[in-house]
Amino acid sequence: MRYLPLTSTDRTDMLSVIGASSIDDLFVDVPEAARLDGPIRDLPMHASEMAVERHMTALARQNMVAGEVPFFLGAGAYRHHVPASVDHLIQRGEFLTAYTPYQPEIAQGTLQMLFEFQTQVARLLGTDVANASMYDGSTACWEAIGMARRITRRGKAILSGGLHPHYVSVAKTMAKYTGDVLDTALPVLDAETDIDALIAKIDGDTSCVVVQYPDILGRIADLTPLADACHASKALLIAVVTEPVALGAIRAPGEMDADIVVGEGQSLGVGLQFGGPYVGLFGCKEKYVRQMPGRLCGETVDANGQRGFVLTLSTREQHIRREKATSNICTNSGLCALAFSIHMTLLGEAGLRRLAAINHAGACRAADRLAKVPGVTVVNDTFFNEFTLDLGREARPIVRDLADRGVLAGVSLGRLYPGEDALANGLVVAVTETTTQDDVEALATALQEALA
Amino acid sequence: MSINASGWKPTAPVKGENGVPTFTGNKALMLEEPLIFEIGSTETTGVDFAEGDVAGSRLGDLTRKAPIGLPGLSEQETVRHYTRLSRQNYAIDLGLFPLGSCTMKHNPRLNEKMARLPGFADVHPLQPVHTVQGALGVINELAVWLITLTGMYGVAMSPKAGAHGELCGILAIKAALEKRGEGHRKVVLVPESAHGTNPATAAFAGFAVEDIPATPDGRVDTAALKARLGPDVAAVMITNPNTCGLFERDLKEISDAVHAAGGYVYCDGANFNAIVGRVRPGDLGVDAMHINLHKTFSTPHGGGGPGSGPVVLSEALAPFGPLPFTARMADGHIQLIEEETAGDDHPDTFGRMVAFHGQMGMFTRALTYILSHGADGLKQVAEDAVLNANYVLRSLEDVLDAPFAGAGPCMHEAIFSDKGFAAGFSTIDAAKALIDEGFHPMTMYFPLVVHGAMLVEPTETESRAALDQFIGALRSVAERAKAGDPSLKTAPHFAPRARLDETLAARKPVLTWKPPVAPQAEAAE
Repeated sequence: MRYLPLTSTDRTDMLSVIGASSIDDLFVDVPEAARLDGPIRDLPMHASEMAVERHMTALARQNMVAGEVPFFLGAGAYRHHVPASVDHLIQRGEFLTAYTPYQPEIAQGTLQMLFEFQTQVARLLGTDVANASMYDGSTACWEAIGMARRITRRGKAILSGGLHPHYVSVAKTMAKYTGDVLDTALPVLDAETDIDALIAKIDGDTSCVVVQYPDILGRIADLTPLADACHASKALLIAVVTEPVALGAIRAPGEMDADIVVGEGQSLGVGLQFGGPYVGLFGCKEKYVRQMPGRLCGETVDANGQRGFVLTLSTREQHIRREKATSNICTNSGLCALAFSIHMTLLGEAGLRRLAAINHAGACRAADRLAKVPGVTVVNDTFFNEFTLDLGREARPIVRDLADRGVLAGVSLGRLYPGEDALANGLVVAVTETTTQDDVEALATALQEALA
Repeated sequence: MSINASGWKPTAPVKGENGVPTFTGNKALMLEEPLIFEIGSTETTGVDFAEGDVAGSRLGDLTRKAPIGLPGLSEQETVRHYTRLSRQNYAIDLGLFPLGSCTMKHNPRLNEKMARLPGFADVHPLQPVHTVQGALGVINELAVWLITLTGMYGVAMSPKAGAHGELCGILAIKAALEKRGEGHRKVVLVPESAHGTNPATAAFAGFAVEDIPATPDGRVDTAALKARLGPDVAAVMITNPNTCGLFERDLKEISDAVHAAGGYVYCDGANFNAIVGRVRPGDLGVDAMHINLHKTFSTPHGGGGPGSGPVVLSEALAPFGPLPFTARMADGHIQLIEEETAGDDHPDTFGRMVAFHGQMGMFTRALTYILSHGADGLKQVAEDAVLNANYVLRSLEDVLDAPFAGAGPCMHEAIFSDKGFAAGFSTIDAAKALIDEGFHPMTMYFPLVVHGAMLVEPTETESRAALDQFIGALRSVAERAKAGDPSLKTAPHFAPRARLDETLAARKPVLTWKPPVAPQAEAAE
């Protein structure tokens, strides 16, 4: 109970100020039948800091840690080196323990950071504007589909086969309830993206086409023809970026005329964290800003004419519009956005480009090496830092086998697309600046042994 | 204000608070800080990389050629920039943060240390399940606590925030109704005092929202609610304790009536911290309730997020909850139930609502906090939160209008109004004056059912001394507002900024930084 400062004397004195004889008097509105006497049975009592630490550390030890083994998993979450100053700065209490900046006069730190974050994100994605972050990439993708519905007043969304299958699942879940029609496809291992097929599907009912860049197999394609086809049919192009480091090496979707660009910002500053918390990136063309979900920070002046920042355009939001709001979201991923922004500031343009180049070069070397393993084929013609291997047999048990050999080999398509036989042999391998030549060699050797 | 080449701003001395100018605009330890776009350059980087050739070859025709426009800073400049920014923030580490309904309590640093253990922070969500048994163990252990503390049947861990949890609960209700062949139930009843997210959530899931009025003592009008029940009603969304800080005495009676009419009860559990360990919502007939882990079990707000909103479910709704979830098998290992493993055992799940498993970092913090308190400590948490709120209510009701003070004890938060302030003075003036006293203001103008509402939530981690200082400050501010002290209209006077023009920000939105236009270019246009 070390976090509770009241003493029993305090409690007695305060009860007498209130005019209550016991704490139970303050719970008189709880119906008698619903009151609990004494602590709930079957749950342990309070524990010391040392005891709790011991328990949690024991649980932590039961996991295979990415940083301690050759590690090649990606598919929407990437392991990058995070400079020490990022975690140090986000642990400053004034950032860590601040609330939503509802009182801007004493929240300029958070607000200026969000304004800088919005600008960094907009520039990276190539969009006019960006918001102050979403829960994660998958929910940002869903919100983008809803935004396209509101803008076009149409309800048919075409989802690329290259879109992360979990993002597709989230969209399917939500579409069941909002009435959107989703036209989905599976990725095809031997095709180099499905852009032409997507263009062929667009019609007068299409609200948007959603395409991932680079896609789930790691492939990259020019989005310009797709954007043109969308706009010719008054539909929107939504681009999804799950690996923002890629945009240090390849053209931004906004630059190719995507209307809405969403992304997962986890790669910068946030870390793997077993899937969350992450940070959703959300940018769009300026003309759609009032249909954008999430928080926005804007520049203004104070009563003395000094520059300052406030949360703005809240007339779109749930606390004002209630059932007419653009979304029900009432938070953002503030601390993760801060980590993203600090990491981006440390990198700067020069650092981001260098980081991207190192990632790409490492992936190229790894692909060439792994292609030499007997029975292994590299599927991709194009990629950034992630590519797909065809193992010639089911990849899922091989991944388990390699984990037992101390190598976390990648994400099998069998895990992502259970029951899809045409994809079962696929293994998605990610290489970042944290991957060494020795790691690649260890993977190649283990793979060769497992496939033999 | 012009910006010179090196990023210094301003370029001429400016007046300080009491008329003393400084060249930099700084005030000793309070340092003004330009934007990174004004001080960084695209050549600067604070990160060193390995030397070596990095020529790429598999990018197709998509190599980026145009500049991105991202400024970089050296490590020291970065540390200074963010440290200086941090000093423009109020935070719970600096003092009492009485935002009602937001629940700002102390963030124990052990939570942070545990969340950063590599075994939790450096594991990938798609690693083979047998390599992440400890991480799944955290999720499973936390799930057991949440189910037990709420007296419910199951829990969906993946929702990413409270409002996301609401969506989860409403989707489970919709799925259950459809399974029963009652998809025609299209109405969700929402009391007036509900969070704005409640109606937004119901509307998002395709329901029609109807308001239920409140009684004069700040609770749901049970008679009006019962009268509205019928074959078209899917659910009632109710907040308990409600946003007026009061316990909904009739919740069990309401639940029974809703169930008898074929509907479900959604409880907004944002205020669960007031009753944890003393009341189980399951005993009150609740079918679904989200728990804001950051509020009840203290995970840091970080300037707005991330949150985490697990949803506990009744036996009736549990089969419809989302994927993925964890299950401990007979041999002790923990299975991750997702699309592949759900199979025939879980045919009714409404599917996935987020890419991976939810907010693992928040789960670790919440479990650490829960284990530290234990079942006995959590009960004490609720009691101290309620004690502190009633102490504030009783200590101020002679000087501030307290609309529900006669309606029984408040729970974890106390509500006041601006009734009795001098003409032209309102809640916002009291709030801004509190800033000058060194406190973050209370929640303003919420809930909507109280005119000029001031909602104060001290939480259980405040000492009596801290409460007394806050009470003294708010008392003084209230007296000045009643007397019409003009200095309140221009407060705050000692904050990093004076009152900010929010109308200008909304009318002419400036959402990203753009380089200033050079004077000669401006003239040429």
